[in-house]
Amino acid sequence: MNPLSRRAFLGRSAAAGAGLAIGFYLPKSASAQTAGVFSPNAYLRITPDENITIVVARTEMGQGVWTALPMILAEELEVDLKQITIEQAGASTLFGDQGTGGSASVRTTWDPMRKAGAQAREMLISAAATQWGVTRESCKAESASIIHSATGRKLSYGSLATKASTLPVPDNPPLKSGDYKLVGKSTPRLDTPSKVNGSAQYGIDFHIQGLKYASLTRCETAGGKVADFDASAAQQMPGVTFVGKIGDSAVAVVADSTWNALKARRALKITWDEGPNKDLNSAAIFEALHHADESKPVKFFSVGDISSASGKQIEAVYQLPFMAHAPMEPGNCSAHFRGTECELWAPTQVPQDCRDTVAPLVGLKPEQVKVNVTLLGGGFGRRLEHDYAVEAALVSKAINAPVKVTWTREDDMRCSTYRPVSLHKMSATIGDDGLPTSFRHRIVGPSINGQKGSQPVNGVDSDFPDEAAFIYPIANISLESVVTETPVPLGWMRSVYALQMGFATESFIDELAAAAGKDPFQYRMQLLSKDSEIKYFDTSWSTARLRNVLKLAAEKAGWGKPLAAGRHHGIACFGCFSTYAADVVEISIENGAPRVHRVVSVVDCGQVVNPNILEQQIQGAVVYGLANVLRAQITIDKGKVVQGNFDSYQPIRMNEAPKVEAYFVPSTEAPTGVGEPPIPPLAPALCNAIFAATKNRVRALPIQT
Amino acid sequence: MSTFNFRVNGSEKTADVSPDTPLLWVLRDSLQLTGTKFGCGAGLCGACSVHINGSLARSCITPVSQVAGKNVTTIEGLGANSLHPLQQAWIAEDVPQCGYCQSGQIMAAAALLHKTPHPTDQQITDFMSGNICRCGTYERIRRAIHRASAGGAK
Repeated sequence: MNPLSRRAFLGRSAAAGAGLAIGFYLPKSASAQTAGVFSPNAYLRITPDENITIVVARTEMGQGVWTALPMILAEELEVDLKQITIEQAGASTLFGDQGTGGSASVRTTWDPMRKAGAQAREMLISAAATQWGVTRESCKAESASIIHSATGRKLSYGSLATKASTLPVPDNPPLKSGDYKLVGKSTPRLDTPSKVNGSAQYGIDFHIQGLKYASLTRCETAGGKVADFDASAAQQMPGVTFVGKIGDSAVAVVADSTWNALKARRALKITWDEGPNKDLNSAAIFEALHHADESKPVKFFSVGDISSASGKQIEAVYQLPFMAHAPMEPGNCSAHFRGTECELWAPTQVPQDCRDTVAPLVGLKPEQVKVNVTLLGGGFGRRLEHDYAVEAALVSKAINAPVKVTWTREDDMRCSTYRPVSLHKMSATIGDDGLPTSFRHRIVGPSINGQKGSQPVNGVDSDFPDEAAFIYPIANISLESVVTETPVPLGWMRSVYALQMGFATESFIDELAAAAGKDPFQYRMQLLSKDSEIKYFDTSWSTARLRNVLKLAAEKAGWGKPLAAGRHHGIACFGCFSTYAADVVEISIENGAPRVHRVVSVVDCGQVVNPNILEQQIQGAVVYGLANVLRAQITIDKGKVVQGNFDSYQPIRMNEAPKVEAYFVPSTEAPTGVGEPPIPPLAPALCNAIFAATKNRVRALPIQT
Repeated sequence: MSTFNFRVNGSEKTADVSPDTPLLWVLRDSLQLTGTKFGCGAGLCGACSVHINGSLARSCITPVSQVAGKNVTTIEGLGANSLHPLQQAWIAEDVPQCGYCQSGQIMAAAALLHKTPHPTDQQITDFMSGNICRCGTYERIRRAIHRASAGGAK
């Protein structure tokens, strides 16, 4: 399966609800045969000396899976978090898809992790009951022991491990339906201690004896190649052991330290064949978007008939730029090619894709490639690619030694994949009551999945089902897609199309409210006033749940109450990745620019697993999203990305970070994700606040151009 | 290649490297002290922050030749025998998400508290805005600094 359809699969199977059951199986453990070790499934091992190991088959990139996923299993297993050890799974055949993205880690592992814990608990109960010669019903599991309630006898899980490992594994162990001990409780992260003393190991920290250090100069023009290169000067530099072409479009320098590799790289003389895109620039890209052939738009969601609607016509066009993920840890990967096998130490969101992509490129089969997953210094979708892993494997093969490839910040900015540009052509009619009688949203832009080679399903990018829902029950709706092409490499960036769709949709709804002369919050509440389920692809969206997050956000923000002088509110709500989110942004205008003081952000993500991490994710989404709105912009000139480092692509720093208040609507629905959903409403809420303050409508991002 | 002697976290260290090698790469590649991170290589993000003779420095743009004979403190040595109050506060507030920038954030915060033991919100903002966190942990960083400043109480 290629990475693109993989991500789409993640989203769809999770969103479908029933898909969880279909896609769900509990893998047998690889270590099940180890004598005395109790491992009823691949997620769990209990040894006679009381070691309880929970395996995490998603990548920890800051979103908290090393804590949230073990909590889910531990809940059913009846163990405390302090009694367990976490093990990060590498690329495996045991866990199904291990891709980490689409805010899907909790929603896709909720059932498997619960069942994994419950299986073990039931077997441990059986083992103890047999040993005591009592009924299973007279025994209970508690804090890593089985207790015989009547007599107070107690056996630890370790002491039961050998016996339990001989018992049949139940297919359908009973699961809790509430009354949780861990789930839903604010719980400190298990990875925090290692992240405050420097001991946490990220990809870039990898080291083994004999490790070499590589830096690559890549063609910064999409589609360009190395025509020729002169290695002589670089080869004379201190510590350099290899200079050579890697693939068609890069030259690697290998040295005895990162610095020596970086320095020698500057001495390379490369002649580029920049190819057909050497004159590409941003102005031409947007010009082409505005003149795209829109004769055959694909309608991916349709209700009624927009041409039949009457009323006052309102139109607007919104525009978004390319953006870069820019995680704090620059791209890197270590590899050791050893002839008939290759081992990778990769900061990756897709270990299986790394394995499957690297293998043929170094002449091996996938089973001959071992991918160890490290901690990620931020992912944001950038590490859904595997370019860094391919480079490391190719260099290791070329030098026949272990090597670490480290990208510079400029490499990361200029040779990345980018959130696609898009245009959003909106039109609506509003009736005498001011409410819309029709709503059309046509997104014009390149397809991420299409560019990467997975054919759009019925002409629609396979991310749209998770990221482009429209939850207002209007009588006539048409969501349309016009797919264009771009040579600029595209990637999935935190919230992906939901940012574009949310910005355009919720800005335009605000325009309709303004045209109707209504309060933007009340207008949305009126649109959502009737409870209804909206079937969108495989997901059923509830107007009531969207209304509830909107209402709570307005209440907490004090919507409609007097604000301090010069302060203004904007509001927006959006649903994506099966989660509902609403933001209220409070701003002032200082020197003609918005200053964000406070953001109230509310989600309904079903059952919350760990409110502590939920708050982190919402705070982070707001700060990340704010940079997207204010100034995140990748521009192209003469075929190359203009921005290079944090001076020309400036993230939000503390002096611009607003106060963020995170809330959730309590729910017992199956959990969904929170990493991405708070981002889409932020851009429109901020721009709607700017409108409230200035009567100027922001229709193109970033705000600061 | 030249030889440079200096102290890191109280231990004598020797590096045989070219004089222009940034301290960052000496720490990471030569001494295997990888808690100090590479973020931008240009002194823009603060992920590489260390203390040199007690002063906050960006190790990615500090040539090792300037460190000869000096005392370097990294995140690994910030708390001499136990966790520094800031590290304890970082745990209490559960600050890190991806965690990559946090070594630099804590080293910067330690420099702040050394000069200003009880900083105001504005003083924290002014000092800490040199460090970038893409995960957006700023609010918890602020809370943790206040907590450490108050001696662990809150």
